[in-house]
Amino acid sequence: MSLLEITNLKVSFDTEDGQVQAVRDISLSLDEGEILALCGESGCGKSVTAMSVPRLLPPETTRLSGSIKLDGRELTTLPEAEMRKVRGKTVSVVFQEPMTSLNPSFTVGYQIAEVLRRHEGLSRQAAARRAVELLELVGIPAPARRVKEYPHQLSGGMRQRVMIAIAVACSPRVLIADEPTTALDVTIQAGVLDVFRDLRDRLGTAIILITHDLGVVADIADRAVVMYAGRAVEQAPVGGLFAGPRHPYTLGLMNALPSAAVDGRLAEIPGLVPSPLSDPDECAFQDRCARAQADCRLSRPPLTHQADDHLAACFHPGGQS
Amino acid sequence: MPMAGLVLVVAFVLLALLGPLVTGDPAEQDYLATLAAPSGAHPMGTDDLGRDAFARIAHGAQVSLQAGVLSTLLAMVVGIPIGLVAGFYRRWLDPIVMRLVDVTLAFPFLVFAVGLAAIIGPSLKGVVLALGFSQLPAIIRITRGEVLAVREMDYVAAAIADGSGDGHIIFRYVLPNCASPLIVQATVAIPAAIIGEATLSFLGLGVQPPTPSWGVMLTTAQQYLSDAPWLAVWPGLMIALATLGFNLLGDGLRDVLDPRSHR
Repeated sequence: MSLLEITNLKVSFDTEDGQVQAVRDISLSLDEGEILALCGESGCGKSVTAMSVPRLLPPETTRLSGSIKLDGRELTTLPEAEMRKVRGKTVSVVFQEPMTSLNPSFTVGYQIAEVLRRHEGLSRQAAARRAVELLELVGIPAPARRVKEYPHQLSGGMRQRVMIAIAVACSPRVLIADEPTTALDVTIQAGVLDVFRDLRDRLGTAIILITHDLGVVADIADRAVVMYAGRAVEQAPVGGLFAGPRHPYTLGLMNALPSAAVDGRLAEIPGLVPSPLSDPDECAFQDRCARAQADCRLSRPPLTHQADDHLAACFHPGGQS
Repeated sequence: MPMAGLVLVVAFVLLALLGPLVTGDPAEQDYLATLAAPSGAHPMGTDDLGRDAFARIAHGAQVSLQAGVLSTLLAMVVGIPIGLVAGFYRRWLDPIVMRLVDVTLAFPFLVFAVGLAAIIGPSLKGVVLALGFSQLPAIIRITRGEVLAVREMDYVAAAIADGSGDGHIIFRYVLPNCASPLIVQATVAIPAAIIGEATLSFLGLGVQPPTPSWGVMLTTAQQYLSDAPWLAVWPGLMIALATLGFNLLGDGLRDVLDPRSHR
């Protein structure tokens, strides 16, 4: 059994324009120690899918159906008080914005210790000692001095490491990283990814990495799920995905990557994402797709096995390269 | 200028705390020296009953300080929790609280305080209650406004993701990050309350004679304005200096604490 099992998850939000369908139907699983990348463009539902796990979506406007099981325990129906014990302990989150995700009124050491005292019941002194160890774990130099500093005294990369330290303080089973490197420059990005890899190796943490950066996916992920318009369109081990993308959308994303070898304009995908307000029974990608044929407009292609572990939702998948 | 404000505020507080120890009894009457001009024996002169004006100014400072600080404290202690809850939870409470605040803010501060003081009855306690409740709507509104901004911050979302409960988020994340404008507001509220106390006492709705208050002293001085003008000058000057001090200090604090006013 997988560590995390998401089955037929559907998420929509009530808005003034009607129900916005952010996640239309997705099923995925995550094994212990696995790094799973959720990729796709803005609005494809990757963040909403991941944030459904610790239930961090606004409760007043969110409608969610389907099942999310962690270690066999259903999270979608868990009482809020129980859910609070899961957040930060079993499932934790690293957000995109390191500059603003720390409380400016307290030292970073205090903020790390706070989580330990809440979830692990450590004493003030023990939590403070552990905070220093955690800063060391995430690769911050002179951690004993840094714990006494306030967020504004640290650089963006350092703050992101502090965020990671808070997230892994209680050795979570699942770590959700929402574009953790987008706000950082490239050299610091590599360092942060090393921290993730190291955590997985040392603690066996499973990581859901939300990103639109295929370079990051290739670098660190074991398996990738490509999402489009609220559904998974392709799911494969990273090696297989980059060697032979089956879905034309995945291929389009890869072609849109800038490369030093190619001059001139990047190859963009023509057309626009379909409206999140409607959900016709057709392939969501068909009007942007070069391979589209009549059958693509008649029904929605299901996610089917193209090869071992390699799934794609396309009637006319690309061949193996 | 903030330093000048700090000096004035410290001088005012020292006068209120230590002044009464060095001056004589503010109620002691010297019938041989009524309405006396300032002299060695009476540095600020005497009033119509021969009471030492300096002693009365010093004791009046105590009344002013109490009215200013206690009423502001009252408004903060009651207003901040209301603003926190209304701003954090919104739902049904927020619109009700805010419409009530709007209605009370429609009345000028002093008019509202005069009305309340008339209902509660004239005494120092009445002054503190009347001024405190008159300051309340402004405190609620400022707190709520800050809470609305702070609760959308990324660090609040991160706190929820760490498994923090509402109480923890409100007191550790929201309140500390709302504190700066509230501290600045306190330095505006205290001088407003000092003027308010003087006004209420001047009108007879506040502290009652023979208790020395700067407002009461002005009422008396009014009758002897041509014979003993210094009797009106001292309390007037003290009220002006004390409020000026707090306002200058507040401006300085605003520059330091409020990021929006940074030039």
